[in-house]
Amino acid sequence: MEDLIPLTPQLWEATYETLYIVGLSLLFGGLGGLLLGIGLYTTRAGSILGNRAVFGTLNIIVNIFRPIPFIIFLAAAQPLARAVTGTGIGNSAIIFTLSLAAAFGISRIVEQNLLTVQPGVIEAARSVGAGRLRIILTILIPEALGPLILGFTFIFVALVDMSAVAGYVGGGGLGNFAIQYGYRQFNPVVTWAAVIVIILLVQAVQLLGNVLARKVLRR
Amino acid sequence: MPLISLRNVTKSFPPGRRGEPLVHAIDNVSLDIEAGEIYGIIGYSGAGKSTLVRLINALEKATSGEIIVDGQQVTNVPDRQLRTLRLDIGMIFQQFNLFSAKTVWNNVAYPLRVAGRTRDEIQARVTELLDFVGLADKASNYPEQLSGGQKQRVGIARALATSPKILLADEATSALDPETTHEVLRLLRRVNEELGITIVVITHEMDVIQTLATKVAVMDSGRIVEQGDVFDVFSNPREASSQRFVSTVVRGIPAPDELAALRERHRGRIVTFSFRDGDSSQASVFLELAAAGIEFELVYGGINDIRGRAFGHLTLALTGADSVIDATLHHMAGRITVKELA
Repeated sequence: MEDLIPLTPQLWEATYETLYIVGLSLLFGGLGGLLLGIGLYTTRAGSILGNRAVFGTLNIIVNIFRPIPFIIFLAAAQPLARAVTGTGIGNSAIIFTLSLAAAFGISRIVEQNLLTVQPGVIEAARSVGAGRLRIILTILIPEALGPLILGFTFIFVALVDMSAVAGYVGGGGLGNFAIQYGYRQFNPVVTWAAVIVIILLVQAVQLLGNVLARKVLRR
Repeated sequence: MPLISLRNVTKSFPPGRRGEPLVHAIDNVSLDIEAGEIYGIIGYSGAGKSTLVRLINALEKATSGEIIVDGQQVTNVPDRQLRTLRLDIGMIFQQFNLFSAKTVWNNVAYPLRVAGRTRDEIQARVTELLDFVGLADKASNYPEQLSGGQKQRVGIARALATSPKILLADEATSALDPETTHEVLRLLRRVNEELGITIVVITHEMDVIQTLATKVAVMDSGRIVEQGDVFDVFSNPREASSQRFVSTVVRGIPAPDELAALRERHRGRIVTFSFRDGDSSQASVFLELAAAGIEFELVYGGINDIRGRAFGHLTLALTGADSVIDATLHHMAGRITVKELA
């Protein structure tokens, strides 16, 4: 326990870094995943932009990237991260790679949740003369908002998990903290401190997600 | 010129499996609907009636043929133009299809926002519509808090928001109980009479056609097999599928099994007299039978009223001398339809 106390500033620093990495990744990945998911949903046969070729391409791209274990993806995408962010290491690189990986995962969650919207509701919007973009923004997303919020909450937790390997490319955060000060220094108390902070973080976000979803779903 | 006109319209869907022939949902249909009518289209599920109604507002695109709505071509026009057309055509659905994330108020306001009306216009119009359908007190409720009948009334208000000339009703009462069905049908009648809106009603329930429609088309396997005035089709259906639909609401000529049961319970000859508005009255028929000394008993049938015009089929068991009965029936034959059931 006495080993943990001097590390308290580093623990807070790591918590802040995790929130920073996960928050920005959720923002960028969420946006990308939302667009990709909407793309998958709307180009599906019979949907408002039904296009077999586009759907097939998107579908294959997502299927290729989604199953790659993140720690491998991190290494494989490093040149791309360097090209885009100017650096292959550190928090910027990990945020880029995490956003990219998250976008593919989120796209499936978005697609699934949009598919729960009754096709008749979309038809009703078309029947009053609404255009496609308007239908997506004012009908499709609001109708699926409750499950979407829960989906994004789920992804937040997955991102906390994935961000733990940031240390491998020189990034920070709770995962790095636990490995550097706990595991490598044979100090399980420090490792457990990081675990407890992660648990609290996840609990808080899940609670927030549930409350928001309940508000939107009115149940 | 008819408000809605379909000429040789065909709609084909690709087959479910490769190598199978195209599925003709609509097969060479021609149809004219005049302004102010309530036009009923009846058919079993799969007959193509839902597809047919969606061709009118171009939710489905025709494979071939010509569709003209209010003087405007619907086939082969760009999407932008279709959206303007749709402001003139309201639609209601079997499952109501209300926007569950929006309040009643916002459901009704939605088409007005799409049409780009100002806030004040929207405010005034939604208030007026909710009053019309009797749901002013439900404005801030969400659809899941409403009963089925209330949901459909919201659907009607939403469909009428942009003051369309045409209202398409796709099985609008099929998910409702009988009492609520009549409440919604009464409202649709008001929409037609008070607002002068032409209504196209799709249904598989002959009862809906009977209480609401002025004209009817009977659909079977993508074709229209019979069309005309509701009274004519009900009182004298020519095609087998029309007869089946009519028999669901009209007790006409007894079917063979019913006839066998009648024969067990009644003696004498069994004859069906079919009356139509304008034919000789029942009274004259009964008087004539009585005057000839023929004993008669009413065993089957009924009289129906369609928009103030009556028709019906009465099946009587007649007892008396065969020659007298033959002569009397022969004498009546020119004035009403008489059919002896063998």
